[in-house]
Amino acid sequence: MSQSYNRGLIEDFSRWREFQAGMWAWIFHKFTGWVLIGYLFTHIAVLSTAIPAANGATMMFQGSETDVFTGTIVSLEGLLLVRILEVGLLAVAVFHMLNGTRLLLVDLGVGLEAQDKSFYASLILTGAITVASVPTFIAGAF
Amino acid sequence: MAERYSSFNSGGRMWLIQRVTAAFLLVVLAFHFFLLHFVHHADEVTLAASSARMEQLSYYSLMVLFLVTATFHGVNGVYNALVNQGLTGTKRTVVKWSLVAASVVLLFQGIRTANAWAGGFPLL
Repeated sequence: MSQSYNRGLIEDFSRWREFQAGMWAWIFHKFTGWVLIGYLFTHIAVLSTAIPAANGATMMFQGSETDVFTGTIVSLEGLLLVRILEVGLLAVAVFHMLNGTRLLLVDLGVGLEAQDKSFYASLILTGAITVASVPTFIAGAF
Repeated sequence: MAERYSSFNSGGRMWLIQRVTAAFLLVVLAFHFFLLHFVHHADEVTLAASSARMEQLSYYSLMVLFLVTATFHGVNGVYNALVNQGLTGTKRTVVKWSLVAASVVLLFQGIRTANAWAGGFPLL
């Protein structure tokens, strides 16, 4: 006799205490994905200042006239908050890439039995790459 | 009634494209981060340097393809996440076409920006 088992809605986040590694990987992948697509829209909006800049639009920046693209990017990069957010973006992107690699491999039949270990490895590697990148991302902000 | 027989249903095809774009994005996103944060630093960005890169057809093509694949991968991911959360019926249709419209705007604006850097489509 087959038995039915009501597992409940796995997308019910109120059950987070019951989640195991695979579920956390799924949640983090969704969260980092939302951040990245949100950032893509913001990124293109900021980079669009190249359109008026290419047509000669300028702004005053640090006492001299600069094209609006260069002035916008360099003044944003001068803010410590932006540098910190960039480190966060790197962490989000690195996790999404490492966990995405893990998902591609599992889809190809590689490493399914070690999927929890590969999730933990993704987390540790993300932390290591992010910490190692902090000096590069913060350089010149002070 | 005839039924549709295929190795891929429409959901399966989108699933496959999501994986193919993922594999491409893994390489190009790593390259993008490395080039624009580690080789060149973000606070050293200038219109002239960005234009010099974009005037090369190979770089321009790679960046436009990067934009197209990232837009598809991101928007398709958002759509699937919402469907996974139980989005159905009219709401699902509205969300789907809103995401398609947002993608078109993003691609249009991204390519306009690339062309502004490159001074038009770089033939050489």
